Amino acid sequence: MSKYLIDKFLYTVDRDPELVERYREDPTGTVEWWEAEMANTLLNCIADERTTWLAFDDEERRALREHDHVALFQLGAHPFLTLTLFIAMFERDHGPLEYQKAYGKAMEHISLPYPDIAT
Amino acid sequence: MAELAAVIASTHHPFYYRASTSTGADRPPFADEWVAKIEAFRETLTRAEPDVLVMVGSDHFHQLWLDNMPQFLVGKAPFFDANFYNEEREFGLPRMTLRGEEDLAAHLLRDGLDRDFDLAFSNELRIDHSITCPIITLRPQADLPIVPIYTNIFAPPLPQPKRFVQLGRAIREMVESWDSDKRVAVIGTGHLSLELGGPRQFGEHGPDPEFDRKAVEWIASGDIEGCLAEVSLESLHTPGNATHGFMDFMLMMGVAGEGQKADHVDTLDLFHTMEAYFTWYPNGVPAGSER
Repeated sequence: MSKYLIDKFLYTVDRDPELVERYREDPTGTVEWWEAEMANTLLNCIADERTTWLAFDDEERRALREHDHVALFQLGAHPFLTLTLFIAMFERDHGPLEYQKAYGKAMEHISLPYPDIAT
Repeated sequence: MAELAAVIASTHHPFYYRASTSTGADRPPFADEWVAKIEAFRETLTRAEPDVLVMVGSDHFHQLWLDNMPQFLVGKAPFFDANFYNEEREFGLPRMTLRGEEDLAAHLLRDGLDRDFDLAFSNELRIDHSITCPIITLRPQADLPIVPIYTNIFAPPLPQPKRFVQLGRAIREMVESWDSDKRVAVIGTGHLSLELGGPRQFGEHGPDPEFDRKAVEWIASGDIEGCLAEVSLESLHTPGNATHGFMDFMLMMGVAGEGQKADHVDTLDLFHTMEAYFTWYPNGVPAGSER
């Protein structure tokens, strides 16, 4: 399991307007491309210094492909990253705070302590 | 030596800018009360007549990331650009540029390291809403130079709560030992109980009003020891998954000092969080100010 890589995916997509739209419209293709091309790019390093070993496991890949925010929470993804990216993708389809409240309600079966988010 | 003109602690609700500037049907019903409280809070800084602002906040994964995460970082640059694309997108925050106060930043770095705080530094820091929200609320003309100090309340492992208090005490001493005739205000923002991305988010009020009540009392009365006795990294998870931001309030309690009652205390129970505003005047209340 790679909580770090999930967070890295959410972080790099959330801060790039084009990637936000790409992930909204084509989650499967975006996850496949990102894992192949971006996962092993060391941030703040040139391409020649890319690493070699970072990869999602099957459940992580599925959760990202399916926009499954509940599964991402349970996998220990940083909840701020998931929330802010998913608001960017889906709030526009809903009324004021409607998406955010539904987002929380989908997790109402989850009780304390929440999954560890340390990477 | 520099004078510590005011110590200010508050929440940093990113929706304030949009709520306070909205009109007509877009203006939320709580906006007028919120604006009135903010304007009274702003006056507490105005009356202190500061020349420089030391601003304690926390990057929200905008620039600082898990490949190289500092626990405490001082920004040392002549200018700071502010707010990121995803804050414009989500909160409607404007882009800003703030001047830096490099001499004070250098002093805090040198003196802080010598006091055994392993401070990171950045000569190329873009600041986010944890610092621009208090600029918008407290100094909207954005005319004073700043020294940003970022703390990690966001990406475990986090420093212990007592470390935030210790850093606050050190910041107080370092500001007062700065070789300058400037008047310095230290402003820090954090959270009371808060949940983001979890099942308790965006409720009718903060996820744990009982914690909020106790937290406001600790801060208002300067009860650092009582607060430290009840708060731990583990316990802060219970009132809401983003409540570790309360440690920035604890840092500000350290700046204000043990047992120091705040000169201005105000709160506003908003949807999904309680707003809270505190001001201390270490050298006495400025003329015409409230008590």
